[in-house]
Amino acid sequence: MAAPTLAKNSADTPLRKKRRELPFPLNLYQTAVGKKWVMALTGIMLLGFVVFHMVGNLKVYLGEVQHLSPEGEYVTDYDINIYGEFLRDLLVPLLPRTYLLWILRLGLIAAFALHLHSAISLSKMNLESNNRYESKRDWVAANFASRSMRWTGPIIFLYLLFHLADLTWGVGAASSEWERGEVYQNLVHSMSRPGIAIVYIVCNVALCVHIFHGAYSMFQSLGINNPVYNQLRRGFAAGLALLILVGNLSFPIAILAGIVDLP
Amino acid sequence: MSKILNLTLQVWRQAGPNKPGTFETYQANGISDDASFLEMLDIVNERLIADNKIPIEFPHDCREGICGTCGVMINGQAHGHERGTATCQLHMRKFSDGDTIVVEPWRAKAFPIVRDLVVDRSPLDAVIAAGGFITAPTGTANDANDIRIPKEVADSAMDAAACIGCGACVAACPNSAGQLFTSAKIWHLNSLPQGQAERYKRTEAMVETMEQFFGSCTNHGECSEACPKEISLDFIAYMNRDYIKAKVKNRRLASQS
Ligand code: SF4
Ligand code: FES
Repeated sequence: MAAPTLAKNSADTPLRKKRRELPFPLNLYQTAVGKKWVMALTGIMLLGFVVFHMVGNLKVYLGEVQHLSPEGEYVTDYDINIYGEFLRDLLVPLLPRTYLLWILRLGLIAAFALHLHSAISLSKMNLESNNRYESKRDWVAANFASRSMRWTGPIIFLYLLFHLADLTWGVGAASSEWERGEVYQNLVHSMSRPGIAIVYIVCNVALCVHIFHGAYSMFQSLGINNPVYNQLRRGFAAGLALLILVGNLSFPIAILAGIVDLP
Repeated sequence: MSKILNLTLQVWRQAGPNKPGTFETYQANGISDDASFLEMLDIVNERLIADNKIPIEFPHDCREGICGTCGVMINGQAHGHERGTATCQLHMRKFSDGDTIVVEPWRAKAFPIVRDLVVDRSPLDAVIAAGGFITAPTGTANDANDIRIPKEVADSAMDAAACIGCGACVAACPNSAGQLFTSAKIWHLNSLPQGQAERYKRTEAMVETMEQFFGSCTNHGECSEACPKEISLDFIAYMNRDYIKAKVKNRRLASQS
């Protein structure tokens, strides 16, 4: 019997065909390397949001302050509620109220959609390209964060919807005392329920793990590589992930411990 | 003093492409720890032949880490646990007496199994072919110092050129991505003056051919750890940068760079 040979070699049968190229810049999104650029850039936008969100929330620790209302009266309100109003009033009177906020929100939604879409299509590509080993793999460089991106991502997405329903829309899991604009009160009411606080904590750990890989990975995807600074990239990602984790976890803990509460 | 090892092997046996495969267990007793991994397989094969059994088919050629022919998954790591060595350079003294060693072929959709531990790696050739040629002046050879290249650049190009095309990077990658190989081949030419003329054309063609066969990079870093030539992940970043530049510059602009 002749030795078994392959009729064709595997270079003759690509897994996928080259597609007709779309005009620039859409053609970037047709390739995986281009999609990784999109994923990194949208990741940076989302990271920016997460950092601002955390820093803004630190205002719960400022408690109540006195301020001058638009009606010209001295009123006492929670600092974070005033900040919430300020966000709606951004760039007024250049733009009508909430316009800039909505522009920012739409930008974030678009970034999130692209981040998700590129993640899904790249995952699909990877799953169809790899053949699983029958024996146990021994990972050397891949860490828990890099291998769990496909899990932490969906957890964050689902939690985002839950979090919006709970605190922004006041539907579903929102507390019965929810009221639009009362950022401080809503937060305290929501997080004083231990179940909700635990979900919040678990999902923020997932976010931290996701950021730990993402904030390192984006440098490679964007081709930001300089031998002088390369060793800082892991530290940057770890520091950023930890900063966000500590900041975010402080809120439910402070509320459950009674440090942040309602009169 | 060399020691004698008694080992248990679990080797993937598969009669041909698209045939079912399974792990077979073999006793490899009385192996000198001076033997290389491939020599150990030779000894096992000689015993199989003496028993009228079909020997284990495994890829090998130069046996000194320069041709890139050898390569198997050893205990879940491409080219075994020793860093910066190909399978042929892995010595049995890195194992202990009584060890069980699991040997599996590279696995990736682009690398179908030919038989036992041998896979077809021709998609790597397709990536090289897509890169085309460099505009090398033919005729009389230049003076050696005609083209001045800074030492750091020459070093970087040399580091990239060290890739032997073994495919361990693809095999080690959870996504079966071909980034480390492709970026090494791209950077070897893109970093040098001789490679500038076709720099962006080459990057575009090689990346897009790579993506026809392989998965996409998620920056795990397994490839560089598995690589017998310790090719750096940096080249992947350089490739990503050049690919976007290639797309942003249209052909006419590329001619100005
Ligand atoms: S980059 Fe390293 S692992 Fe990949 S083919 Fe080249 S030598 Fe082998
Ligand atoms: S046999 Fe040539 S590199 Fe191992």
